[in-house]
Amino acid sequence: MDSNIALTMRGICMTFPGVKALDNVDFTLKKGEIRALMGENGAGKSTLIKCLTGVNKFEAGEIHVDGIEGPIINKDTMDAQKKGISTVYQEVNLCPNLSVAENLYIGREPLTKIGTVNRRKMNQMAAQLMKDLDLDIDVTQNLEEYSLALQQMIAIARAVDMESKVLILDEPTSSLDDNEVEKLFGMMRRLRDQGVGIIFVTHFLEQVYAVCDGITVLRNGTLVGEYSVEELPRVKLVAAMMGKDFDDLASIKPEGINDFSKVPLEIEAKGLSHPGTIKPFDLDIHKGEVVGLTGLLGSGRSELARVIYGADKAHTGTLKVDGKEVKIKAPIDAMNLGMGLLPDDRKAEGIIGDMSVRENIVLAMQAKQGMFKKIPMAKQIEIADKFIDMLQIKTASRETLIKQLSGGNQQKVILARWLATEPDFLILDEPTRGIDIGTKTEIQKLVIKLAEEGKSVIFISSEIEEMLRTCNRMAVLRDGMKVGEIGMEEMTQEGVMHAIAGGDHHE
Amino acid sequence: MSKIKSLTKKQLFLPIFSMILVMLVNVIYDIACGNPPLSFFQIATQTTTSGNTILFGRLIDVLNRGSEVAILAIGMTLVVSASAGTDISVGSVMSLSGGLCCMLLAGYGVTNVSEYKVPLIVGILAGIALAVVCGIFNGFLVAYLNIQPMVATLILWSAGRAIGLLLCNSAIVYVRVPSFQFLGSYCGFLPTPILVAALCILITALVLKFTAVGTFVQAVGINKKAARISGFNSSKIILICYAVCGLCAGIAGIVATSRIYSADTNNIGLNMELDAILAVALGGNSLGGGKFNLAGSIIGAYTIQAITTTLYALKVSSAQAPVYKAIVVILIVVIQSEPVKAYFKKLSAKKAAAKEAN
Ligand SMILES: Nc1ncnc2c1ncn2[C@@H]1O[C@H](COP(=O)(O)OP(=O)(O)O)[C@@H](O)[C@H]1O
Ligand SMILES: [Mg+2]
Repeated sequence: MDSNIALTMRGICMTFPGVKALDNVDFTLKKGEIRALMGENGAGKSTLIKCLTGVNKFEAGEIHVDGIEGPIINKDTMDAQKKGISTVYQEVNLCPNLSVAENLYIGREPLTKIGTVNRRKMNQMAAQLMKDLDLDIDVTQNLEEYSLALQQMIAIARAVDMESKVLILDEPTSSLDDNEVEKLFGMMRRLRDQGVGIIFVTHFLEQVYAVCDGITVLRNGTLVGEYSVEELPRVKLVAAMMGKDFDDLASIKPEGINDFSKVPLEIEAKGLSHPGTIKPFDLDIHKGEVVGLTGLLGSGRSELARVIYGADKAHTGTLKVDGKEVKIKAPIDAMNLGMGLLPDDRKAEGIIGDMSVRENIVLAMQAKQGMFKKIPMAKQIEIADKFIDMLQIKTASRETLIKQLSGGNQQKVILARWLATEPDFLILDEPTRGIDIGTKTEIQKLVIKLAEEGKSVIFISSEIEEMLRTCNRMAVLRDGMKVGEIGMEEMTQEGVMHAIAGGDHHE
Repeated sequence: MSKIKSLTKKQLFLPIFSMILVMLVNVIYDIACGNPPLSFFQIATQTTTSGNTILFGRLIDVLNRGSEVAILAIGMTLVVSASAGTDISVGSVMSLSGGLCCMLLAGYGVTNVSEYKVPLIVGILAGIALAVVCGIFNGFLVAYLNIQPMVATLILWSAGRAIGLLLCNSAIVYVRVPSFQFLGSYCGFLPTPILVAALCILITALVLKFTAVGTFVQAVGINKKAARISGFNSSKIILICYAVCGLCAGIAGIVATSRIYSADTNNIGLNMELDAILAVALGGNSLGGGKFNLAGSIIGAYTIQAITTTLYALKVSSAQAPVYKAIVVILIVVIQSEPVKAYFKKLSAKKAAAKEAN
């Protein structure tokens, strides 16, 4: 093996029941290289990585790692770890009710002389590691005390800390804000300069060009090609991933209404608040209007929406829906008023993992009908098939367990769950996170279509670009407070950035 | 080969497999004793002293004696699924409901009656109602106060039996009225408990089939937070499951009391919670909650009874029987554990690989 190469995979094949997930895929990673692994949802990125780390057993192919004679097959992630391959998965896979330090050293705790866990040493080491990575974290706190973003950083820190030749990051940035992403990139560059090969899976194209040296593109389980960043500019990358020419994404904005002042209100919130998460705010949403909530991660975007929906109970204020004052005590009350909420934490609050795609799709509808009025099976099948087709959900069958789908497809199922209830007002919290570019556009188009049908939408996204494309108006949040609104005319990348960052105007 | 593999993956594999194993032990035992090999399955008729024709045989005996556990297993399955915990108070609650029933029928402080103080139906309904109240109490602690199920139900596990004893003035209350014995004896040629259990199972199965109760319970059990966002009232659903579990304990308690036509509060339902939990586990249901399979639990319940009956047939004394049951439990738990499953998986993968190499 070339001494310059950290890892090669040759002719990898892998089949899931009903899906050829990988078909003869090659992959090469040089030492001191950051290589983006790109592809739409379900292209096989996670599967390829899991073959490498021993989570999946591949049927054919060979893997070679620098410094080890002959082809290797990893039994499990621990085994891969021993051979110098560390991984951080798409979804945080740590234990929420253990301390940060315990999570960092789980399975390799420093021991005392008598063989018990040396907590003091472990906490010291963990604190040092956090300091090295410039993270402000109390390592004795339980992991769940920290935001999803910080949990992700901790997962990465854990992987980084173990002597690795190959570091795999499977969509680590989907829950990080710009600042944290920059920190992560700093970490990645430092490791690259030490000669570590890094595989980076992301859905943010700009990140590829910010940090990567090479790009490998997969489509439908096959290799499209291995490129350097210079030879594959953005448009060509998208084309390679989608297998078709890049249709201009910017052109989906409707010509529709721009002046909503004469349109009746769907939602009228006055002084709603929830202690500890969001201070009292007012928000009006007209029928057929898409309102974006923007602000840094943790600024209270999700929390504002959750109070309206009753996911967090409002402690002060009043809410009018369709002109009538209402009391919402729990999500079901909101649902009966025609609302729906697609939560940002898909794993914790979205999917019912052990249920099938069909069951997940009809779930909210069934909840609205009540315990004793079962939706007839024929109807369930009809609804499930309709949405699988409409949203192009990639699944072996409608009876496949949702946890077996890739993240983006899970997201589509949750979206289908809400569309099936035919809501008048839909809250979409990061609906496109972890979703490939093609589907992203589909979801944006869908939001605009819903608005055209007179439905109101709250749209929350970390990507300003996509908010600009879909929203009629934006509300800006900072530190748990709604600090202003941005109308159509000010809605430019720059204007929004200014509003988020704060300053004189928009206050 | 692949057919066998897919079979072992089915949830009902474990309970049915255990059931068959127990029956096989019986067949071997019978052959060894020189009995006809299928005498376990033999059902004979007998005429009682009162002139009725009844069925009897070991199989009937298993179905009869297993009724209480089968009824308990219904409620326990729901509780395990929704709350990822077990209700360990069911045995005590059985005793409590039987105690109240007999106390009302006999009058407080009376230990031996041959006619009712209040109509029979009042006693039965009161006993069952009290059990439902106990279930609601448990459910409230678990669902609304977020107390761990084991701890929450520990309260009635110890207090339930004691209250029953108080109600009966610390004595065994005999109700020597033939109609009181009906639920625990024969209805026509079949033991009544079999019919009671069958009725409970049938009603539950119909409810699960024709309503969305199963979806509600399982959604909450699999992911409580997601279920809430999708419009389910998790706390209410958990409370209902515990209430149903109480209801089942009440019915089982009345049957058990009727069998001995007396409220022996110290012994009714003793250790029965363990059998009920075991039935759920044996049914291939995860004690971690989520998806459940009622049929599995029911087969599990009768399998446990079959084990007990077999042990008695093998002349194991009732004091020693728990030891053998424990061995069975260990086996089941070990077979179901992840490392063992992974080991068997690897074994079959190796075999397949070896085959390919050839
Ligand atoms: N455990 C599984 N069982 C069945 N199918 C799976 C499983 N995991 C992934 N798949 C399927 O394999 C394909 C590739 O998925 P994945 O590697 O997760 O895609 P990506 O990470 O590129 O989005 C998809 O069609 C997906 O539905
Ligand atoms: Mg993936």
